[in-house]
Amino acid sequence: MNFENEFSLKFKALSCNEGFARMAVSVFLLPYDTYSDIMNDIKTAVSEAVTNSIIHGYEGMEGYVYIRCGVKDNVVYIEVSDNGCGIDDIKKAMEPLYTSKPSEERSGLGFTVMESFMDSVEVESTKNKGTRVFMSKSLLR
Amino acid sequence: MDYKVIQDCLIVKPNGEIDSHYADILKKEIENAALRLDIRNIIFDFSNVDFMDSSGIGLVVGRYKYTSAMGGITAAACISDRLMKLMTLSGLLKIIPACKTVEEAITKTKRGGKNEL
Ligand SMILES: Nc1ncnc2c1ncn2[C@@H]1O[C@H](COP(=O)(O)OP(=O)(O)O)[C@@H](O)[C@H]1O
Ligand SMILES: [Mg+2]
Repeated sequence: MNFENEFSLKFKALSCNEGFARMAVSVFLLPYDTYSDIMNDIKTAVSEAVTNSIIHGYEGMEGYVYIRCGVKDNVVYIEVSDNGCGIDDIKKAMEPLYTSKPSEERSGLGFTVMESFMDSVEVESTKNKGTRVFMSKSLLR
Repeated sequence: MDYKVIQDCLIVKPNGEIDSHYADILKKEIENAALRLDIRNIIFDFSNVDFMDSSGIGLVVGRYKYTSAMGGITAAACISDRLMKLMTLSGLLKIIPACKTVEEAITKTKRGGKNEL
């Protein structure tokens, strides 16, 4: 897509970078002067996607997480991707409360949060290649 | 995180943004405190939390399981509108009480988390 404005980010898959990732997106969106609840929804969705790449995609192994974020006609488009283990069954992974790591106190609600806080969420994944999450949300009410 | 003990309640007051990074730290701190201290109930005071993702839900549910095994309850106090959206969506408030204040939560623990009839 031909965005009016966009940025890309690449950072190490470390949980301490989750805050950096969602702050980067929210600071980028500041000039669009959106509502604080919309901003919080976007930050939450970014946090979920980035956390998944770090925790599930790489499972503690070295790697990078990528964010591409663009704006067009007052809609923000965010792509979060990793080159991690990939998802076997995307449909099952997206079911509310499903987690492959119940022992680690994951709630299984990451995708549910992304889907209810954003206007659209699409997931592409290839086993042992990686996962790509596309999300969008209107910055207007 | 700040915490204090009132009777058999551990009152936990996280500061800042609860994501998986901070949730892991909080989990360890709460577990350590709960082991050292003689408590049965855990009360989360969310007044200093300005962001939370689903990792925070996992954290609270984990503590709920712990206090249930001890015959106590886990409660959440001072939830902002911002956090309320996530808490409602997750169904968390169906298993743990949401209280306006920490004092109200302490009263709840004495009734085993049940609402007054
Ligand atoms: N980037 C990813 N790479 C590999 N697996 C993933 C990724 N994102 C999600 N998953 C899988 O989808 C499941 C559900 O994700 P989610 O709804 O966020 O719940 P949770 O993170 O609490 O397990 C995860 O448990 C994991 O198995
Ligand atoms: Mg998740």
